Amino acid sequence: MILALTDILPALLVAHAPALLVVAPMVLAPLVAMLPSGRLAWVFAVLGTGFSLIMALVLLGQVQSAEDGAVISYAMGGWAPPAGIEFRIDTLNALVLLLVTGMGFLASIFGWPTIKAEIASAKTSMFFAAYLVCFTGLCGVAATGDAFNLFVFLEISSIATYVLVALGAGRDRRALPAASNYLLMGTIGASFFVVGVGFLFAATGTLNMAELSLRLEDVEDNKAVLAGYAFIFVGLGLKAAMFPLHQWLPNAYAYSPSFVTMFLAATATKVAIYALIRFLFSVFGLEFSFEGASLILILMPMGLAAMIACSFQAVFQTDIRRMLAYSSVAQVGYILLGVSLGTAAGVSAGLVHLVNHGVIKGALFMAVAGAVLVYQGTSLNDFRGLGRSAPWTMTAFGISGLSLIGVPLTAGFQSKFALVQALLEQGWWWAAIVVVFSSVLAVIYMGRVLEAVFFQAPLNPNKRQKEAPLIILLPLWGLVLVNLWIGLNGRFLFGLTDGAAASLFGGGF
Amino acid sequence: MVDFVLERGNYWAIIGLMMIGLYMAFAATNLIKRLIGLGTFQTSIILFYISLARIDGATAPILMGKDYKSYSGGGKNPEGEHAGEAAYAVAEGAYGATEVGLEYVYSNPLPHVLMLTAIVVGVATLAVGLALIVRIREAYGSVEIDDIMAMDLAVAKAEAADDAAERPLSHGGSVA
Repeated sequence: MILALTDILPALLVAHAPALLVVAPMVLAPLVAMLPSGRLAWVFAVLGTGFSLIMALVLLGQVQSAEDGAVISYAMGGWAPPAGIEFRIDTLNALVLLLVTGMGFLASIFGWPTIKAEIASAKTSMFFAAYLVCFTGLCGVAATGDAFNLFVFLEISSIATYVLVALGAGRDRRALPAASNYLLMGTIGASFFVVGVGFLFAATGTLNMAELSLRLEDVEDNKAVLAGYAFIFVGLGLKAAMFPLHQWLPNAYAYSPSFVTMFLAATATKVAIYALIRFLFSVFGLEFSFEGASLILILMPMGLAAMIACSFQAVFQTDIRRMLAYSSVAQVGYILLGVSLGTAAGVSAGLVHLVNHGVIKGALFMAVAGAVLVYQGTSLNDFRGLGRSAPWTMTAFGISGLSLIGVPLTAGFQSKFALVQALLEQGWWWAAIVVVFSSVLAVIYMGRVLEAVFFQAPLNPNKRQKEAPLIILLPLWGLVLVNLWIGLNGRFLFGLTDGAAASLFGGGF
Repeated sequence: MVDFVLERGNYWAIIGLMMIGLYMAFAATNLIKRLIGLGTFQTSIILFYISLARIDGATAPILMGKDYKSYSGGGKNPEGEHAGEAAYAVAEGAYGATEVGLEYVYSNPLPHVLMLTAIVVGVATLAVGLALIVRIREAYGSVEIDDIMAMDLAVAKAEAADDAAERPLSHGGSVA
């Protein structure tokens, strides 16, 4: 099906897909900013992200055309790598690009009613422009094969994100300190990353990631490389909300506009995790002596700590968005735990969870956004009885919630099962126990919400039957169906992640 | 030992600046001062990259003399398609990876270019940060973290009290 797409589209479009994917929304952003009507801006945002989604599908088709995963190398501006900037797409990139563009497309479709309600109409065009810039940055991070270029795209997306988060101030002024806090931490994280890249550049004289991985083999014991590794690890860990570095996340998610929360939860940390995986396994390579220790001594304990500590914190939240935010940090813990195994099965499980969590959290925040739009209020009390007044919205919420817990037949079960399997293969049975325990905590915090939604009487009896608008319900149910599809038949996703993990371990680049 | 320290004077200065900036960004209670710290931190990174580019006895990275002739085809190649190759060769020569056979030693031009980008990123971050502080000042009437946190805490406590008050009331009342 994907290959058919490649045949339909003009050859020029297919040949330049890696660049167009990123450039199209970037060019669109300033145009959208100048549009007088917010509705028109929305249409353009949907078109732009939709175009990127098609390009991502084309790339996926191209990558999958070869048996063991082809690698697409695109020389930006015709400057051949390693001197020029290279966009490099292998199975892993294509997977992350598909997640980002897919979620971005669905987010921009669903966004219109909530944005109209939460953002002043004079700012709507600008809002969509900032959104497109953020989208560009995230796609760029996932597509580029140049370490410094990755930093630039990371900052493009982050700066737009700070603006988007701060726009929640129309509803709650606490969005402003949250955004300023995020700006401070995010910039420090990105700066750490760039210091690390500087060390690597000093030791190897190149910025191209494929070239870096080759040259690093010669200078493995160089102290500058070790320092660079540490800086990159911490910097990307901050962006990915790795356990003790996640302090910016809960407030940013809780107070930003509903649309932004949904988009960020589904994509932003995922892309940072992708960058971390790319550096850990492709650039440095698993043989890198320093790394084996840091996976087991840092990544694994931090993953476990996140799963326990943040799940506990989620249990005690009364605000649903904040609860989901803490749960996001816990889920990042699962992903990092899988990655820390350092085996193909572990990384594959981590990647499956990365995609699944994007789908699950995207749907959850979408449903919350729909409920907030119609009924106002994000506290647990406000959600009471909504199962009766908005059955379609809340059923989708319920299914995604069950998937977050890891109930069989849903995507969450598939990824947790794969994770536990990978853990047991390696003999980390105690970590598997922690996974199960953390899932029990998820039962408690999701259970509280689901109980309130489905089994309690509405707080306000005036809340009669009123669903979220159709334009929210359609993408929401789209995500739920994807979730169930992965839950019933995970072959497509597992095929992709296994391919990605294999390409990471099979000689890297 | 003294030589070891003095030879790396630039790095000590950069480390010092970096730590000062980082400390300010964390410890200052005034938001503007935090941003100043962040700016210092970013500037120290720019200095770090720039000092990487310097090579003893090197000249500015503009090809001259024989080098110019050999790479530009003796001026007979006006398209200048070798200019990029020359730039890359200069960068490679600086790293010492390849013997490029240049007559002069040039300093590495790449970090300068990178830092132009980093400066733009830094300016954008600072601009967004300052704009945010303006909005915070409008919304809270203060740019002191402690004040803002105290106000937020008061709001959060009031919300929690509301929540607790709502809960038992409706729980007993309405079982439909």
